[in-house]
Amino acid sequence: MLSQVGSKLFWRWTGRVRFIHTDNLPIIETAVDRSSDLFKENYEQLNGATTRLKQLLQKISQGGGEKASTRHTSKGKLLVRDRINELLDPGSPFLELSPLAAYQVYPDEEVPSAGIVTGIGKINGIDCMITANDATVKAGTYYPETVKKHLRAQQIALENKLTCIYLVDSGGANLPHQAEIFPDVNHFGRIFYNQANMSALGIPQIAVVMGSCTAGGAYVPAMSDENIIVHKQGTIFLAGPPLVKAALGEEISAEDLGGASLHCKVSGVTDYLAQDDRHALQLARKVVSNLNIKKKGWSSNYDEDIDGPIEEPLYPLDDLYGIVGENLKRPFEVREVIARIVDGSRFDEFKALYGDSLVTGFGRIYGKKIGIVANNGVLFSQSALKGAHFIQLCSKRGIPLLFLQNITGFMVGREAESGGIAKDGAKLVTAVSCAKVPKFTVLIGGSYGAGNYGMCGRAYSPRFLFTWPNSRISVMGGEQAANVLATIAADQKRREGKELTPEKEKAIKDVILSKFESEGSPYYSSARLWDDGVIDPVDTRRVLGLCLQAASNAPIEKTDFGIFRM
Amino acid sequence: MNSSLFLRPTCLNRLNRVRNYPTSVNRSTHHPELSKILIANRGEISCRIARTAKRMGLLTTAVYSNMDRDSMHVYLADEAINLGNSPSADSYLNKTKLIEAAKRCGAQAIHPGYGFLSENHEFADMVNSSGLIFIGPPASAIRDMGIKSIAKHIMSHAGVPVVPGYHGEDQSDELLMAEAEKIGFPIMIKAIKGGGGKGMRICLSKEDFLTQLESARRESLKSFGDQSVLIEKYVANPRHVEVQVFADQYGNCVYLFERDCSVQRRHQKIIEEAPGPGISNETRMELGKAAVLAAQAVNYVGAGTVEFIYDPKDGKFYFMEMNTRIQVEHPVTEMITRVDLVEWQIRVARGEVLPKTQDEIKLYGHSLEARIYAEDPDNNFMPGAGKLGKILLPEDEENVRIEMGVRSGDEVSVHYDPMIAKLVVWAPDRSSALTKLRSSLSKFNLSGLKTNINFLHRLASHPEFAKGNVHTDFIKDFENTLFTKTEIPADIVGITAVALFASKSQDELKASPIAADAFRLHKTMPSQKSFTLLYNDKKYNSIIKKLGPEEYSVSINGSSFWPVKAKFDPNTHQLIVEDDGLSKKYQFLQSNDSQIALFTSDQGGYNFEIETKAHYRSIGSADAADGASGLTAPMPGVIEKILVSEGDTVEPGTPLVVMMAMKMEHVIKASVKSKIEKILFKPGDNVQKGARLVQLKSLDQQEN
Repeated sequence: MLSQVGSKLFWRWTGRVRFIHTDNLPIIETAVDRSSDLFKENYEQLNGATTRLKQLLQKISQGGGEKASTRHTSKGKLLVRDRINELLDPGSPFLELSPLAAYQVYPDEEVPSAGIVTGIGKINGIDCMITANDATVKAGTYYPETVKKHLRAQQIALENKLTCIYLVDSGGANLPHQAEIFPDVNHFGRIFYNQANMSALGIPQIAVVMGSCTAGGAYVPAMSDENIIVHKQGTIFLAGPPLVKAALGEEISAEDLGGASLHCKVSGVTDYLAQDDRHALQLARKVVSNLNIKKKGWSSNYDEDIDGPIEEPLYPLDDLYGIVGENLKRPFEVREVIARIVDGSRFDEFKALYGDSLVTGFGRIYGKKIGIVANNGVLFSQSALKGAHFIQLCSKRGIPLLFLQNITGFMVGREAESGGIAKDGAKLVTAVSCAKVPKFTVLIGGSYGAGNYGMCGRAYSPRFLFTWPNSRISVMGGEQAANVLATIAADQKRREGKELTPEKEKAIKDVILSKFESEGSPYYSSARLWDDGVIDPVDTRRVLGLCLQAASNAPIEKTDFGIFRM
Repeated sequence: MNSSLFLRPTCLNRLNRVRNYPTSVNRSTHHPELSKILIANRGEISCRIARTAKRMGLLTTAVYSNMDRDSMHVYLADEAINLGNSPSADSYLNKTKLIEAAKRCGAQAIHPGYGFLSENHEFADMVNSSGLIFIGPPASAIRDMGIKSIAKHIMSHAGVPVVPGYHGEDQSDELLMAEAEKIGFPIMIKAIKGGGGKGMRICLSKEDFLTQLESARRESLKSFGDQSVLIEKYVANPRHVEVQVFADQYGNCVYLFERDCSVQRRHQKIIEEAPGPGISNETRMELGKAAVLAAQAVNYVGAGTVEFIYDPKDGKFYFMEMNTRIQVEHPVTEMITRVDLVEWQIRVARGEVLPKTQDEIKLYGHSLEARIYAEDPDNNFMPGAGKLGKILLPEDEENVRIEMGVRSGDEVSVHYDPMIAKLVVWAPDRSSALTKLRSSLSKFNLSGLKTNINFLHRLASHPEFAKGNVHTDFIKDFENTLFTKTEIPADIVGITAVALFASKSQDELKASPIAADAFRLHKTMPSQKSFTLLYNDKKYNSIIKKLGPEEYSVSINGSSFWPVKAKFDPNTHQLIVEDDGLSKKYQFLQSNDSQIALFTSDQGGYNFEIETKAHYRSIGSADAADGASGLTAPMPGVIEKILVSEGDTVEPGTPLVVMMAMKMEHVIKASVKSKIEKILFKPGDNVQKGARLVQLKSLDQQEN
């Protein structure tokens, strides 16, 4: 019985871990009562939030809308998602990344998915990162979020050694936003820098020119290892006909200036000539088949890639709605969540009796061993030390790490500070920062303050970071922030010999509350590429399986830790 | 383990069903030592002979042309000897090489099978005079029966009824015309040395007599090196009834009842049965006796078939010819008499007395044989050639016999007969045998080549055929109902596309449970593939969406999507489709990148091509984009004649090249006004399907 050591801050977990005298991992027994009112209320809330998310994404996946799509397809072109499907193996999964990018970022414009679709899928059995412009969205031009999303896809490809396929159909930089996309280190130029350096590392770069590739965009195919261009559809030039006319007075058609025939026969800018979209994608598949990359997969046939039998969790995955709900103030037992992510609901807990607000232990996801670090309350010194210890174990052993974030932060107050919470927290942050094993983070609840750091937030380079629709992210809770600011304002008034009226105080608080409310939302977060997507909690196991599969393409590096402040 | 995807070497263990051969006491006085047989043939008959020989404890030596090096009949024999080049004339028809081969391997006898040299009296002579046994009749009998005019003459003298006709030596056009008029049109012109429909022409009126005569002569000259013809009365709507006879070296001769081989296309049999439907016992006996009489008139020895034209209206029959060999369709006789005719051939050849007397030969039940050919029934039964894809046979069961000389991956060659297999069934009565034939045909699944299986199925399902109302013009008379050129049902196309999709994801599914489950976040862009399928040259643009592990959604040629619930079994390649609680199994076979087939349990099979446009096949190149002009071979074959020279300018429709493919002439013509830039082959060259024959420069349009 583990519950006896649980803090009274949290609901008493009455489930148990079944210990059997076997080498197999013990099974987490569930204590979920599906008939309870709390469960039902939670279920309704989170299921509702997920449904709303799906509806929104359904709309976003339509790209630039019906009119733009019809215009696009009437030219014989395939829509961007159809292109990706044609490119992928039949039945291949596709882990689309950040479909909410640019959502409500630009006040007067909708730029669905930031006009670019990125994700991981299989081509000839090889995991590939696909980056595809959606020409139905603002002619596929690059907004700041588009650049960010493109670079993020390349970052994932680099870290996981995923072959990069660029389906190019873009008008280039979105000129009104040029200052926010052109000059800085993580702006447009970085795309080509990444291509060159990935190519240097042996990560294949393949471009398919399916529309225009103007100016900077011309470098995407030009910087690729191999490229394909669609006849009478793809064009590549540093300056388009209008600019050429303005600069030189030359009148020339786009096709003559930079069409497929020219580039395949004369300039040598492109390698393969395709008759149409389908042909181009078929050629891209062929190019991939010549990469001489061995297929990665795991099952009993691939013994070297698997650590144990693949078993589905013992409990219905949609219990997650009822367990977690949407009210972050209501704590939930994270082991119940783990039981719905890992193989056979089996979890071998490490240091279960110590620092119990942080749950650590080993499990498997689709047969792959994984170390899990999950919040089960506020982080105390003990929990931070335990977390740091566990991360060291996994790093030494080459076991990927999964962080399940539901964290209000590190414990504050005199006792905590005098106990050295800052240096113990620093140990956890050091361990998380330096660990070179693949790290995956899922925000399953709150993600506040230094808790976000200690639990491998975006800044700590997890290979992938996903959020649940109920999650919230901010430097502190909205109410706390409002109170802090109201207290400061009241102090100031008091120094001036005045009183902060309750109306004034409320006004100050309301502004902060609503700002934190909107900025803490996962939609806000995902729109700005602070994560790789908001997922349905039920899909968590599946998504993590795909992440593990992607990560398995890159060898695990050796970890060197920095100085742990003792 | 009785998986239906049992792609086995096909002719093993089938013949064992023909059992209970009562071995009569050896009453022979003359019994030469016979321990090894050379089988001077190929394909299924070579395999079939080898099996019986093996069962009798004899060693067998196969012969093979270069092309047949790895074929089934070579595999089945104890030894094999190479005969050289693939054309029959250089290999299976080369008498000297065959006799040398027999000597070299120490065989005491040569079995000629059917076709090739089986009815060549010179060969029989050569075999005998080199001290070997020819497993067949005496050379004199072959010669007498081989020349039809002589055969008829002998028969009418022996009292066997014959059809009126002219069999004279004067072959002048005028005389032949006069004789034809004397007999009265319609008449039939036949090559004297001909057979198997070659050199045979029907002439309905005086006007086209000379054209048909010329045509028959030309074909005869090409095939048999002789252009003499005979003319006969043409009996309309006759039946082709033939009697199996057997004679030993001691003058004993028996008949093993008749076969009906009326249903023919291009004068070649495709479905045969024994006994003949609707033939009374009296007629059966009369037929048998007449056949025995015919055999005895030429001192026949061994297995022979006496063919009669049978008029179903009055039950009269006329001697047509005698085939002095074992016939393709002999298994139906074996099934109804429970006799192994090849065993009898060998025993008679080594001097034994006939194993059974006429009284001991009994008729059991009914047997049907369907010949499975690589051909296109919808295109005038145009023979096909190419690589056999996957083959799935009916499950092993009683009373179904499959004779096959090919395996999956083997080539049906332009050089030889395009028959792939014989499917033989037996049942206590004709109607049950037909049922069995139909179900066996549905389970005879073969991909890679166009076959006549669906056609045979329609034939076997035809009400008139079921009634036994068979005659030689059956196919022509019922072409409206036999060639139902109905559209392929859309759901079949959809199911085929789903099967293709599902089969393509199998490898990945094996690699990992999450590698091919088509997972999509929030289900916003379901996994989707489009395939363009071709069926009878019609295009079906199919889009398949995978929505769940067993849920698909299909659209064909822009139709709205409809759901298909289907599960693919990777072991059997079966797609199990569930529709409102009703589960149906479909057999899916893919032979290569571009050829797939779907077989239903009740609607026959469908062969599709997956469209990969010519330019899609190669890595894209500028050439492909601009389209090079040239004329290509419509099928594999041999270049017969080149009618133009390099540099010539030709008008549309000008014949350029004559090709021989599948024993037929094909003329390749210019489609536009063009200049001949280069001729890429010379007469005698073998060409593959799609090979460019001539390079042209179009003069009709501007270069773009």
